[in-house]
Amino acid sequence: MGLRTPLYQKHVDAGAKLVDFGGWDMPIQYKSLIEEHNAVRQHAGVFDVSHMTVVDIDGVDASKWLRYLLANDVQKLDEVGRALYSGMLNDNGGVVDDLIVYRRAQGYRLVVNCGTREKDLSWMNVKAQGFEVSITERPDLAILAIHGPESISKVCALLAPELAEKVQALGNFRSLEDQQWFIARTGYTGERGLELIIPNEDAPALWDSLLAANIAPIGLGARDTLRLEAGMNLYGHDMDEDTSPIAANMEQTIAWEPSDRQFIGRPAVEQHKIDLAAGKLPILTGLVLEERGVLREGLRVVCEVNGVEKEGVITSGTFSPTLKHSIALARIPAGSVNCRVDLRGKLTPVRIVKPNFVRFGKKIFE
Amino acid sequence: MSSFPDDLKYAATHEWVRVETDGTVVMGISDHAQELLGDIVFIELPEEGAEVAAEQEMSVVESVKAASDIYAPITGTIVEVNKALIDAPETVNSSPYDEGWFCRIQPNNAADIDALLDADAYAKICE
Repeated sequence: MGLRTPLYQKHVDAGAKLVDFGGWDMPIQYKSLIEEHNAVRQHAGVFDVSHMTVVDIDGVDASKWLRYLLANDVQKLDEVGRALYSGMLNDNGGVVDDLIVYRRAQGYRLVVNCGTREKDLSWMNVKAQGFEVSITERPDLAILAIHGPESISKVCALLAPELAEKVQALGNFRSLEDQQWFIARTGYTGERGLELIIPNEDAPALWDSLLAANIAPIGLGARDTLRLEAGMNLYGHDMDEDTSPIAANMEQTIAWEPSDRQFIGRPAVEQHKIDLAAGKLPILTGLVLEERGVLREGLRVVCEVNGVEKEGVITSGTFSPTLKHSIALARIPAGSVNCRVDLRGKLTPVRIVKPNFVRFGKKIFE
Repeated sequence: MSSFPDDLKYAATHEWVRVETDGTVVMGISDHAQELLGDIVFIELPEEGAEVAAEQEMSVVESVKAASDIYAPITGTIVEVNKALIDAPETVNSSPYDEGWFCRIQPNNAADIDALLDADAYAKICE
């Protein structure tokens, strides 16, 4: 038996197929992955992502320390409630984890991956030496993500009118707190939506009222196809400790200015940027297969760079329920053309596209 | 829970067969197999007229999550394939034993069918 979120019994009651996910018993799907995926693209769905790790950062050095710890810069968070996405890098410029950081009235809240929990916490604690910060994990909190075009209005219908008005007015990557509830306009699907970080004991009743409001329960299977359509990286697949964020389509998440901010990994990623410009670093790109077949993680990509045959690899691949053909993220040499994927021994041509496939329910690549 | 109809025979590789009155054999994949695969998105069917050999690959099924080889349960000749699956592969999820049939095989040797598992024996290996 694995770890269980406060919604474990709700998943069982909803007929979920449960799988081990980073030590947690989590719902991979309820009835149909494709139906769940479409529910989020067309209406609204709720994900239990309580397995993810919430870490609160406080102390007089909280800002100073996060500006050292993270490649993105919390100084950009010029208002309480604002959030940003960042990589947390090691000294070699590899990605220890990717995370969201929210600025609170006092201190910050981080949400990091479940599979990286232990190493993240130990990394943070080691790197906090010499700083006056407290790093507090919050296992007492559950996280429900509600996404889809109807998600915000459906959630707001369940809230007290005064709070609902504030939530309706929240901009993207903004959050607010109402007593013990933390409500954020963030997510991992490419749709509008909210993430509610709430006390564990509040989660089952909220889950019931969301389902009663015709918000579909969505498993981690559809969470993966939704994030891949949205072109979002998955830690441990599209990047890891041995991958530079520059080779993982994360350059925009690195705050290079001010140039005297010394964040962990800065010298390494500055060199990676030079390497990329010189064509010496691979890139993470999108691939599209419009004929039959499914691109899958680990498949070999054969491409041409200046007439020379080179190889890359698919880091995430799936059938896209929205586009009805296969899409993938792949790490390939810079300047690659004529990509073909080894599909069961047959080199099948694929199209190279920007690694964003679907946003707000619509195809967005050319 | 998966269903295992009593009137079918099964291969350990999760195919089912039903013997028709004309002696041909209709085959598909079991309810248990479709549950394991999840939403099926592509099915590559054999050609009509093709010869297939028992326990050899004859078809490929791709779901959102995985690709899976389908093995011929018996040796024979493909006499008909369910072309409706090309555009509606999800039929295998919704109706694995009926509308989701894969193909009809003219068996070379009726004894191949006797060698397959009955519903109880197959259900046991799915536990």
